[in-house]
Amino acid sequence: MSAVVTEHDDHHEHDHDHGPSKGLLRWLITTNHKDIGTLYLLFALAMFFVGGAMALVIRAELFEPGLQFVQPQFFNSMTTMHALVMVFGAVMPAFVGLANWMIPMMIGAPDMALPRMNNMSFWLLVAGVLMLASTLFMEGGAPASGWTLYPPLVLQTGAALPFAIFSVHLLGISSIMGAINIIATIFNMRAPAMTLMKMPLFVWTWLITAFLLIAIMPVFAGAVTMLLTDRFFGTSFFDAAGGGDPVLYQHIFWFFGHPEVYVMILPTFGVASTIIPVFARKPLFGYSSMVYATAAIAFLSFIVWAHHMFTVGMPIAGELYFMYATMLIAIPTGVKVFNWTATMWKGSMTFETPMLFSIAFVVLFTMGGFTGLMMSVAPSDFQYHDTYFIVAHFHYTLVPASIFILMAAGYFWLPKWTGHMYDEKIGKLHFWLSAISVNILFFPQHFLGLAGMPRRIPDYAVQFADWNMVSSIGAFIFGFSQLLFLWIVVKTIKGGTGEVVTDEVWEDASKHGLEWTLPSPPPYHTFTTPPEIVPTEHF
Amino acid sequence: MSTTAYYIPHKATWPIIGTGGLMLTLAGFANFLNGSSIGSTMMVMGFMTFIVMLAGWFSLQATESESGMYSTQVGISYRMGMMWFIFSEIMFFAVFFGTLWYTRNLSVPWLGGLGDGPGRSSHLLWENFTAQWPTNGPGEIGGEFEPMGAWGLPLLNTLILLTSGVTCTWAHHGLLAQKRDQLIKGLIATVALGFMFVAFQAIEYHEAYTEMGLTLGSGIYGSTFFMLTGFHGFHVCVGAIILSVVLFRSWRGHFKPENHFAFEAAAWYWHFVDVVWLGLFVFVYLL
Ligand code: HEM
Ligand SMILES: [Cu+2]
Repeated sequence: MSAVVTEHDDHHEHDHDHGPSKGLLRWLITTNHKDIGTLYLLFALAMFFVGGAMALVIRAELFEPGLQFVQPQFFNSMTTMHALVMVFGAVMPAFVGLANWMIPMMIGAPDMALPRMNNMSFWLLVAGVLMLASTLFMEGGAPASGWTLYPPLVLQTGAALPFAIFSVHLLGISSIMGAINIIATIFNMRAPAMTLMKMPLFVWTWLITAFLLIAIMPVFAGAVTMLLTDRFFGTSFFDAAGGGDPVLYQHIFWFFGHPEVYVMILPTFGVASTIIPVFARKPLFGYSSMVYATAAIAFLSFIVWAHHMFTVGMPIAGELYFMYATMLIAIPTGVKVFNWTATMWKGSMTFETPMLFSIAFVVLFTMGGFTGLMMSVAPSDFQYHDTYFIVAHFHYTLVPASIFILMAAGYFWLPKWTGHMYDEKIGKLHFWLSAISVNILFFPQHFLGLAGMPRRIPDYAVQFADWNMVSSIGAFIFGFSQLLFLWIVVKTIKGGTGEVVTDEVWEDASKHGLEWTLPSPPPYHTFTTPPEIVPTEHF
Repeated sequence: MSTTAYYIPHKATWPIIGTGGLMLTLAGFANFLNGSSIGSTMMVMGFMTFIVMLAGWFSLQATESESGMYSTQVGISYRMGMMWFIFSEIMFFAVFFGTLWYTRNLSVPWLGGLGDGPGRSSHLLWENFTAQWPTNGPGEIGGEFEPMGAWGLPLLNTLILLTSGVTCTWAHHGLLAQKRDQLIKGLIATVALGFMFVAFQAIEYHEAYTEMGLTLGSGIYGSTFFMLTGFHGFHVCVGAIILSVVLFRSWRGHFKPENHFAFEAAAWYWHFVDVVWLGLFVFVYLL
């Protein structure tokens, strides 16, 4: 199917002014999906480095046994804040940024459905993260309970506790607003020819993710509200003396927490499904099975939460149920991995940086899935739980998966966004340094965990010394390699390599998606009238 | 109104003002909880900013809507937004209903020894606790209290809210049939019933605190009771205020039979609050 020529003229029927405002004010009051997407992406990138710095504090302390650099309390604040900043400040906002930029362009819409609310959801995110970060400087330090904020431990936090709780509320409101906007955009703003089963998978995965977000963020908000009242208003929700139960908090948290990890991985799947076909020069294999698998994963994510609580004490029927239910997730996940592989099979592949990151994602995410499957076996999890094995598992599903795909997305779409080409050589260097060091960093953590090293601990027995040192070396290589990405982003925005970027950017990309029929960079307003024909996933 | 051109607002100042207001309110509240003296001032300032934002933003929307700037498609976006917002509220209440269910059916019976083997581990700390509901736990947190019965004020409040649901629908019919009188009267009744509900609940709370020894600190029963009814009561207040605004706009002649999103959204919200109350009446008061 051929590309459509769309109008990108700048005159409208309303008597509004249409260019961006001048100066800083533009960013404060913008309602433009591209502006807001850019804000989200840049904010996420900044937080990626803030969270990364915290991770390096952790790995520096763990380089050798004994206490070297930081106090145990501060160490635990670092593990807590690292996780919260990365999850709520980096990965989630980055995907919302991609959604803002790409969804309207992919479905032929002029903008997001609720542009004013869009602005508010970004700034509430900033407010929430600022409030969270402010706890670092408070009496008694930042929360040190781990990102799960379990009582009773978290109730011992100092002055930071109410601020941390309210930051969760702000982040929750921000996410819910963003998600509502995405759903309304997808349901209500598609070009007439863009039927649901023609939507790019990135759009599909975000639709389902948005549903997850609206369902779970209020749950987390409710849980932390009960922490607040337990601490300040004398309630007994998580206090057995009053008839409550600290384990109840864990149930509620993980009812939020497990779907939350899928909030981070489903858009990842969507981007991978967008990039791989372009560089394999084939349509995506099994489009509809991808859609159904995504929906199946989302559904299952609501009924498996207590696999995080196998060791906390549950009736045996609960252990068994959550064990089998968790194993089921591997089926739709396997369908996806199969489809990506089949998409590449006999394709005329080229290996530009976005494709390299995507292939690494397929391989390394599968690793993380396998360890997940190991942990889903309840009796085995008694050994793995709260050890470095868990840390290895979820970092494989988050770093070489979500983060790698975010990098891939950056390389893939930067030329479209800026109209400039990034430096392929440095991109490849960034890829290889990242792909190798991420394994040096996280693979040894499997060994450490199996050997019994607990997570969230600043000091450890000497038998764990060697692999910790290896892991820390990997961490520093990985961390500093990311500066290359920063450099590339800045340079590309400023003009890149000077190469001329076509509308398609990548060979035949316009067969794969509407966004490649627009100029690079696209004008401030696109699709003021809906395009008539859309390329399909199955050309 | 063309369907192909979508109305995109350009530049919005209310969202950033609202964000500032909300952040100030919460930071102030946190400071207040920590016992810092500037807390309450910050909170009041933030909250006032937030209210100004709401008023400003909504009147802007109303003006734009009245000047015919919104196409049918924009209206659909707003309706979807409201529906999904209500869904998020349902999930929020679900947490507290879930908490009630879990404590009544699991954690309290476990504390009383349910499922214990011969070791009776639950009795290591509290020897003579027998599971029952209502309870303030084996530690008898908050001291003796009397549970809230269902047949006095709560029943009356149930009738009040159900009636208000009817008057709200009656007003809607009036709007659709362009019977202005019915619209206004229906809304006045709805708002009045809403505030009446809140007043009765205030009386109920007062009784609980002063005569029954039942407080937020009365163990798990007090916690779940006040958390559920309190958040609900707050939602009734918000709903009644929204309906008052809708009443004001109806009185100014804003809504048309084919275009009255604000009315619909307020009505949906009101029915949602209504349904939550039915859940509360059954699970908190009756059972
Ligand atoms: C086949 C799919 C997966 C299975 C079967 C699985 C299973 C598990 C299990 C059983 C645990 C709990 C282990 C324990 O604490 O003892 C766990 C932890 C975790 N998983 Fe997965 N997982 C899967 C995929 C994912 C994905 C895709 C992500 C994120 C993108 C993820 C993120 C996490 C995180 C963050 C934790 C640790 C949470 C914490 O305790 O702080 N997992 N997983
Ligand atoms: Cu999980």
